[in-house]
Amino acid sequence: MKAFSRLTGIAVPFLEDDVNTDQIAPIPTKRSLKPDYREMFFHRARRHGDDTLNPGQVFNRPQFASLAILVAGRNFGCGSSREGAVWTMQAMGIECLIARSIADLYRENCLQNGLLPIELPDDLASDIERRVIEADGRAPFSVDLTTQIISGPGGADVHFDISAADRMRLLEGLDDIGLSLKHAAAIAAFEHKMQQASPWLQRAVRAPGTEPSR
Amino acid sequence: MNQKQQTMFDKIWDAHFVATRVDGRDLIYIDRHILHDLHAPHAFEKLAAATRAVRRPDLTFSMQDHTVATKPGRDENTNPDGAHFQRAMREGSQRNNIRLFDLDDPEQGISHVVAPELGLVLPGSMHAVPDSHACTVGGLGAIGLGCGTSELEHILATQTIALKRPKTMRIWLDGELKPGVGAKDVSLKIIAVLGTAAGRGMAIEYAGPVARALPVEARLTLCNMTIEMGARSGFIAPDDSVFAYLAGRPYAPRGPEWDDAITQWRALASDEGCVFDKDVRVDCSDLAPQITWGTDQSQTISVRDTLPILPADTEARTKLERAYAYMGLEPGTALHGVKVDRVFIGSCTNARLSDLRIAAGIVKGHRVHESVVAMVVPGSTSVKRAAEREGLDRVFKDAGFFWGESGCSMCAGGNGDRGKPQERVISTTNRNFEGRQGKGVRTHLAGPELAAACALAGYIADPRDYLETAR
Ligand code: SF4
Repeated sequence: MKAFSRLTGIAVPFLEDDVNTDQIAPIPTKRSLKPDYREMFFHRARRHGDDTLNPGQVFNRPQFASLAILVAGRNFGCGSSREGAVWTMQAMGIECLIARSIADLYRENCLQNGLLPIELPDDLASDIERRVIEADGRAPFSVDLTTQIISGPGGADVHFDISAADRMRLLEGLDDIGLSLKHAAAIAAFEHKMQQASPWLQRAVRAPGTEPSR
Repeated sequence: MNQKQQTMFDKIWDAHFVATRVDGRDLIYIDRHILHDLHAPHAFEKLAAATRAVRRPDLTFSMQDHTVATKPGRDENTNPDGAHFQRAMREGSQRNNIRLFDLDDPEQGISHVVAPELGLVLPGSMHAVPDSHACTVGGLGAIGLGCGTSELEHILATQTIALKRPKTMRIWLDGELKPGVGAKDVSLKIIAVLGTAAGRGMAIEYAGPVARALPVEARLTLCNMTIEMGARSGFIAPDDSVFAYLAGRPYAPRGPEWDDAITQWRALASDEGCVFDKDVRVDCSDLAPQITWGTDQSQTISVRDTLPILPADTEARTKLERAYAYMGLEPGTALHGVKVDRVFIGSCTNARLSDLRIAAGIVKGHRVHESVVAMVVPGSTSVKRAAEREGLDRVFKDAGFFWGESGCSMCAGGNGDRGKPQERVISTTNRNFEGRQGKGVRTHLAGPELAAACALAGYIADPRDYLETAR
């Protein structure tokens, strides 16, 4: 995973609450193993009912053609666990999400992919939202994970909180599986212990005579 | 030393704790990992690219469910869009020695339906699926964890998931359910009362007389909907009804091991006097059949109630206005009597045998209204066969329902089963988000009783009226 330390770029406001993963990355009518994630990004929100692009929709406006930060409302990313809803953001260049709150699975998926998820308390969120709306894509914002500071036009620097663990994981771009495999011996020991304590959990074999007839 | 009173969640968590990583997350052992065709192919590919092996293929199972066609006589090409997912699933499973429940397997079905009925999931176990509704299996007293694709890959490689310990919440359900009211109504009511974000960061234990009285399959329905509150997982302490349900299932322990297992399972319940981070009560004694009217699950009313009027607060008002516009409904009017175009009985929420029996009980001897397209898609091929043995398929087909092969179908439309723009669909599924069942489709979530009643009436109907005539 790539490391995250500092990011400067255009911040786009999308302040609805409860934006779900079906909105962020709708399942396309034509499915493919290698979907076009840019095309998928808020596919429906960016279009009129008749499927033509809505040029007035925020993501379609020219000043938001290249993005770095998405500023969202409450409970962003609720719904399904699909990771495509993070990949579609990254396909648009978004590497930082600032929201009033973020759904659990979605936040997890952000961390997995090196996208910085920031949750701000209401007062700070209102300040950033106002400034991002005023900047309207004409001036960049910066997010620095080392100092935990958001800066940009229209106001003072804003400090954000993130757990030390998540911060380190992003800063070092730690390979998640590699990190866990350091505990391979503990995993093996656990399996041994479980085999003694609850052997039925360490074995998933069907009982003889339970095969269904075809 | 004083033994601390523990919640059931904490007991299971502690029993699966492997190590704490340098980033502060706990590695939690996964006893059973079930993959599906939509998300596994990508993880298989990444794993192969990193030349990493699947640690425990023997504890991993593959299910074809999300992209499969439901048309009788289907094969992988019936839904051409799904064919490459199913093929990649087959190849990846073979390559990694994982037991695949393929399209033509007599036990194929939606993973959350198949895992309980085969005894793949057991009380006190940690169960993971790359699908948010993994929480369904909490009905058996297991902890189901939904995960993303990267986490899926992580579990394949390590048989663990790296998590921060969620907080605990108990939802105590008071009262007794009336006829025509089931687990789906309870879950919709809970979300209407608590909201769609009430469970964020939480593992939710359902308790109280209503949870206790629910039959096992209904408990699976209740737990299935937990993710719609944003929770990590939802579960009910296992009891005799769960043990009776599991006894003799193909993958359940037998003989002396079965007795040992029961002893351990009985000890799983939260200790008397333990403390939950959040503890709420929901009274279900006067609960009427519930139905969603809007575009999230908290927008729910009793079927005979009128739609909420617009609030003064502008933020809340905008949200409701948008939902009303999308759904083609007016504040303050009745939902009962609104014309219905399509009825879908299926999904991991409400397509087990008991759901089909309930729906068939209402449908029997009647016809689907001429303006309604109605379909039943059993939750698994085993459910389908069991229903056919009881003649439920005849009840549905004689009434004019489509009777399909098992899969996720119209729940997310991943297999091409979708509604048309502006169509009003009564669906026994779990998500009523804009566009979930097709572009512009207006989804109303409800239980199988209510869905069946709507199919016959041609409008949003009260299932209790149909119970009367059924008797
Ligand atoms: S039925 Fe729906 S919710 Fe359940 S696993 Fe399939 S797509 Fe997901």
